[in-house]
Amino acid sequence: MTDNTPHRTIVVLVENKAGVLARVADLFARRGYNIISLAVAPTHDDRFSRLTIVVDVESVPLDQIVKQLFKLVNVVEIAELSPSESVERELMMATIKAPQETRGQIIEIVDIFEGKILAVSPDHLTVSLDGRPSKLDDFESLIDAYSIVELQRSGRIALPKIGRDVPRLRAIV
Amino acid sequence: MSEQSTSQPTRLNGGQALILSLEMEGVEVVFGYPGGAILPVYDPIIDSKIRHVLVRHEQGAGHAAEGYAHVTGKPGVCMVTSGPAATNIVTPLADAYLDSVPMVCITGQVALPAIGTDAFQECDTTGITRSITKHNMLVTRAEDIPRAVHEAFHIATTGRPGPVLIDVPKDIVDANNPNAYFDFTYPPDIDLPGYAPAAAPSPTSVDAAVEEMMKAERPVLYVGGGVLKSRGAEVLRRLAEMGNIPVVTTLMARGAFPDSHELCLGMPGMHGNYTAVTAMQRSDLLVAMGSRFDDRVTGKVGAFAPEAKIIHVDIDPAEHGKVRRPDVSVVGDCRVAMEAMVAKLEAKGGSKAFADHTPWRRQLSGWQEKYPLTYQPSAPDELLKPQQVVESLRDACPADTIVSSGVGQHQMWTSQYWRFDHPYTWVNSGGLGTMGFSIPAAIGAKTAFPDRMVWAVDGDGCFQMTGQELITASVERIPIKVALLNNAYLGMVRQWQELFYEERYSEVYLSHEMPDYVKWAESMGCVAFRVEDPSEVDVTIAKANEIDDRPVVVEFRCHSDEKVYPMVPAGGSNDDILVDPSQRGDAE
Ligand SMILES: Cc1ncc(C[n+]2csc(CCOP(=O)(O)OP(=O)(O)O)c2C)c(N)n1
Ligand SMILES: [Mg+2]
Repeated sequence: MTDNTPHRTIVVLVENKAGVLARVADLFARRGYNIISLAVAPTHDDRFSRLTIVVDVESVPLDQIVKQLFKLVNVVEIAELSPSESVERELMMATIKAPQETRGQIIEIVDIFEGKILAVSPDHLTVSLDGRPSKLDDFESLIDAYSIVELQRSGRIALPKIGRDVPRLRAIV
Repeated sequence: MSEQSTSQPTRLNGGQALILSLEMEGVEVVFGYPGGAILPVYDPIIDSKIRHVLVRHEQGAGHAAEGYAHVTGKPGVCMVTSGPAATNIVTPLADAYLDSVPMVCITGQVALPAIGTDAFQECDTTGITRSITKHNMLVTRAEDIPRAVHEAFHIATTGRPGPVLIDVPKDIVDANNPNAYFDFTYPPDIDLPGYAPAAAPSPTSVDAAVEEMMKAERPVLYVGGGVLKSRGAEVLRRLAEMGNIPVVTTLMARGAFPDSHELCLGMPGMHGNYTAVTAMQRSDLLVAMGSRFDDRVTGKVGAFAPEAKIIHVDIDPAEHGKVRRPDVSVVGDCRVAMEAMVAKLEAKGGSKAFADHTPWRRQLSGWQEKYPLTYQPSAPDELLKPQQVVESLRDACPADTIVSSGVGQHQMWTSQYWRFDHPYTWVNSGGLGTMGFSIPAAIGAKTAFPDRMVWAVDGDGCFQMTGQELITASVERIPIKVALLNNAYLGMVRQWQELFYEERYSEVYLSHEMPDYVKWAESMGCVAFRVEDPSEVDVTIAKANEIDDRPVVVEFRCHSDEKVYPMVPAGGSNDDILVDPSQRGDAE
């Protein structure tokens, strides 16, 4: 789902203050930038939160997005996480129609992908799966054949590979 | 700030702390308007040495603060209550944001427990103003007020300046709330881990810029408001003179380089003069100095200055490459950058380091001779030509006169025909184009410099938006002067309808009879004149300039169908510039 549009993943460290998420979201909306996915949570240091944002760089260069983000007073640091330099994970939960006839096939797919079955009813299964976003994409396209009732992905989160230096993006060109 | 105040805490409530914090920042004047939520902050104003100017509409407070900031370089301060007052000041905030004007705006807010309940006069002020302020904050504890004020002034005045808003809930400033008291100390430091405005430009970028400047054969210094913000007019002149480089000054930069200097080409852009516009189009190197490739300057971006390499000097990294990708990017303060450039160039031989610009200068002079700004002066019994009025006014006023303007034709004529020889004499709404800017902005400027002459050149449409601030001017004894160029129309819109909508004039006629501006001005405590005949222009201006104890309004009755030329039609290429009809037919 994210693979069709040119995109990049950035990690934005922000001060953990009221309204910061709104500022970031506003900036994207106001300048016409697209967010493909967004995950937010406090870091181990509760003065700061970390946003992992997958941004669409089709219509606007990453460089302009980063510079505009840096103009927000509460943005402390921005780094780009390229897929080769980072480990990425995403979580997916889905409730799927699973009547008697197809239930076995669905369970088999979940097993292959090392997912979990979280809840069962006579006609439905709720499953969860985590892994690299591309793995989730594959899973999603396979189970699509079985009528998805609801599906939620967390948006990706990522950390640099151990020992790799992640380029800290700077607003100063 | 001082040793004493940080080491000897006094017990204050939030309201007192807010006013004391403003004093600590050196604030001399606050433009404001009280109301419910901000009431507790108004009480300690009585005991403060800070002057408060009571405006007649919150928009006036914001523009007055901007006017003050434009002419002093110091942050303008305004203070209003919650809800409708906060929404009334949205326009000046947006104006200050687009023109990078340092400003601190304090808004009252409903008490903390009432926030989010749709309480009386509650609105989401920080939400509404998020995208039109450099930063804003909702303070939630009385003891955070000094830090909030200190940080607001720091953010408003450093890096690329801009407006900062502090939203203050009523309960934390309330003298009757025991929890609103704390031991006041003023924070000596700033704790903003995410705020690091660009410092000095990198030497390599300066070197690269200098290399390009030495090679260029047809360079133009494209000077914007950033030069004024960085207080770089003096070093700009050294750079231009050393390199024999022609200069254009954008609407925001009028006065940053003297109009009467032989290297000055004047204003570029949609209503710029032929030579300024065409010089950029034919240039091989544009040195963009604190300018931002605004669409009103570039016209159609793809056709703008097609042969020019670009050196972009700007303190805001995001401006680099936003519109036009620079060949050399110099991120930093314009003045510091130009000082570094001048030093570098001097080491390389000063004037001798540059290519010969004589042929280029000759070409420019040719254009200047062929296509000067021009208009047909009015015949003796005709109504006035607005351009002529501006010229008469210019010639009758001291060189350090401060001029503000509204938005419309009168604004363009003022920018074109005034002679700006000094920085910080032009106060104007460029980016947002806010009608009604001139009178409150002039009040702010005159408050800062009571001894200087301040003229607001206004349109009749604009005057009807903020004219009531003349009551403020009279009551507070801020004797500004207003030159009202009354053409009975929303002239600029009319011009577009004439040229691009087949003369179908839709809702642009105001009135030839109403209001009676003289009576209106007199009722507001001003001395007022009406001028209808060209022969009365000079004498009336002389009379107006004599008066210095009250505001003066001179209504100049002008032709309705006069147009601003040259003009680059919106969205068109700068090469398609329309000069005055009398000059057409033999354009290159
Ligand atoms: C607040 C606001 N509303 C509308 C406009 C659009 N506008 C730009 S110029 C203009 C006409 C201004 O009329 P007037 O003040 O009489 O000046 P003139 O052009 O006649 O000199 C209008 C309506 C604006 N710039 N600002
Ligand atoms: Mg008019």
